[in-house]
Amino acid sequence: MLNQSPFQFKNRLFYALIAAGGLVVLMGMYAMHMMEQHGHIVTGMNNQIVWGIPHVFAIFLIVAASGVLNVSSIGSVFNKPAYKARAPLAGLLSIAMLAGGLAVLMLDLGRPDRIIVAATNYNLTSVFAWNVLLYSGMFAAVAVYLWTMMEKRMKPWSKPAGLVVFAWRFILTTGTGLIFAFLVARQAYGSALLPPMFIIISFAWGLAVFHIVQSAIYEWNNKTLDEYVQKRMRNLMGVFVIAALYFVVAYHMTNLYFARQAEFEHFILSSGGIYPILFWVGYGVLGNLLPLLLIYLPGLGSTRHVILASVLIILGGFALLYVLVIGGQAFPLSIFPGFEVNSSFGDGEIGLYQPSILEFLLGLGGVGIAFLITAVGIRVLDFVPHEIQKMQRNSE
Amino acid sequence: MRTNHMHLLYDQRDETVHKGVRDDKLSLKNCIECHASTKDNNVLGRADSFCEGCHRYEAVKIDCFECHSSKRASSFKRASSPLQKEH
Amino acid sequence: MSETNVQRRQFLKSSVGAAAVMIAPGMLLFDMANGKTEAVSSKVRWGMLIDTANCADGCDDCVTACNKENGLSGGLSPTDSQWIRKVELKDKHSGRELSLPMMCQHCENPPCVDVCPTGSSFKRADGIVLVDKHLCIGCRYCMMACPYKARSFVHEPLHDQVPDVPRGKGTVESCTMCVHRVDNGQQPACAEACPNKSILFGNLNDPDSDISRKIRSVASTEIRADLGLNTGIRYQGL
Repeated sequence: MLNQSPFQFKNRLFYALIAAGGLVVLMGMYAMHMMEQHGHIVTGMNNQIVWGIPHVFAIFLIVAASGVLNVSSIGSVFNKPAYKARAPLAGLLSIAMLAGGLAVLMLDLGRPDRIIVAATNYNLTSVFAWNVLLYSGMFAAVAVYLWTMMEKRMKPWSKPAGLVVFAWRFILTTGTGLIFAFLVARQAYGSALLPPMFIIISFAWGLAVFHIVQSAIYEWNNKTLDEYVQKRMRNLMGVFVIAALYFVVAYHMTNLYFARQAEFEHFILSSGGIYPILFWVGYGVLGNLLPLLLIYLPGLGSTRHVILASVLIILGGFALLYVLVIGGQAFPLSIFPGFEVNSSFGDGEIGLYQPSILEFLLGLGGVGIAFLITAVGIRVLDFVPHEIQKMQRNSE
Repeated sequence: MRTNHMHLLYDQRDETVHKGVRDDKLSLKNCIECHASTKDNNVLGRADSFCEGCHRYEAVKIDCFECHSSKRASSFKRASSPLQKEH
Repeated sequence: MSETNVQRRQFLKSSVGAAAVMIAPGMLLFDMANGKTEAVSSKVRWGMLIDTANCADGCDDCVTACNKENGLSGGLSPTDSQWIRKVELKDKHSGRELSLPMMCQHCENPPCVDVCPTGSSFKRADGIVLVDKHLCIGCRYCMMACPYKARSFVHEPLHDQVPDVPRGKGTVESCTMCVHRVDNGQQPACAEACPNKSILFGNLNDPDSDISRKIRSVASTEIRADLGLNTGIRYQGL
């Protein structure tokens, strides 16, 4: 037997997954082609809502890509053996989601043919310019880290490599938060709370994605995750969800206190139509209440419950991003405080946004890319966690 | 010029855009002024157009005219009545 | 050397000298007549002072002039570019009404320049804030950053651009203060078109210019002065 890994994808299942993922990626490429040829007029974006659904997908993927490496960091940097075994898979997921997210981001540019310009002209006061360097460096750092973990001779280097990756992803996710934190003019942004909020949120989302992928691998190989590891990981996810909620609450509480922010908060939390619905139901109930119940209520917390909780956390994450990114743009700029304004350019008006199907196809295409990289990676290389197999499946 | 016009354009455009140097000798608009076809006042559009003639043959996409007008400036008339503003 | 050769030599020298003297002024004038060859400098800072009291409600001559000058469609859908717009204001407490034109404020500390990843959004030495379309990748970060909603994104392929004003799909654009006119010694189209002469254009760095004198004598303010951007456009009567 050439392949030493105890876990093997069933052949037919693998090819079916690749076909499905490939189809999703193809649809994303169709969307890319339409946007390239006709311009952004084929999307729902306009001069009021300049960043739309593709950005929601891209930011989720990039933030989760950073957060999933927590599993590796807890293993390599904090030396917990259960996590150490999972570190390579987390590394693969990180690269996969980063690639998917960046693909969406770059294809949503007005001029994606000018990537070379972005790679060769840097305005160093711009977080975006820093992100170009940070994201591409992240690929390299994680690749080196994976190498140190999977190559026997390099194992002693895995701790320093893990440390580099740990620091790098903190800087990277801070950079993602700073994109919004640096925007002084918009009432939704310009807050120093955003970088740490993004960091904690990345932990929650990354672990949710990891749970789903890990559970799928075990399920499709008729193995069961060790009860002890299961409990530790799901509790950790619960902690991250609560911590992220804390930041979101702090953000809104502070905003509510400032008189000049009151109208904006009222829009997001109460009168804004889709935004309060997504915030309270999407993020609050689906993204926080239900998952926490599924994780912590005695009698719950089985694998099925954890998978469901993870899916809900991800949905809640998308809802939160939609409210933050799009809701933040829909609320009009306060250019003339104290005046009611009216103009031909939407001053004083709530921005209307109707995402087109192409935007969803592009975003899902990024997810498809991440999926394909993960599936092929697991099949071809030794990413699945090594541990003592349980031959029987626990009855649930 | 045939071998080097792209380098001239790459450097000269920064002089004009960033520093405001608008020397006629080196202005794209001025190149087009002379070199646009006498038949249609354009450097694109026909197989023998000044720019398109070679670029079509060489299959090199010209990015310039996504933004720049390819028409002779002295023959260009600004639209006199843009869409009426609805009030 | 023979006598004839010396004479010849002197004849040649004097005739070349005479020719140079005759041609030189022509060459100098030729250079001046055909385009600027000097770079702009920060000795000049272009700005505008807008008198809102004289800005007529319902008049949009400045918008029409800008659209015509720069080849904008004039369309008003959410995806159409608007470089200048008339804004109607009503004080929430007193009910006082006024209107004013709103365009890129050409800040001294432009947020759009800070956030642009490629340096495409930049401030020229003479204070005009521009987008270098050669470098713009269409990321729209500057549109997120601008406090004045000054920027527009080109959502469709464009045709029939004005030769002086290149614009293209997938890039971001905004009021250029008619840089192609300013560099030619003219005023921006909006300032020239205003029937009430409400838009006063000039050099803020020249203490003797009309605009500097007026700013010294009447109260004027920046919009969103609290942001500390030191805009080149100031408003009177706000």
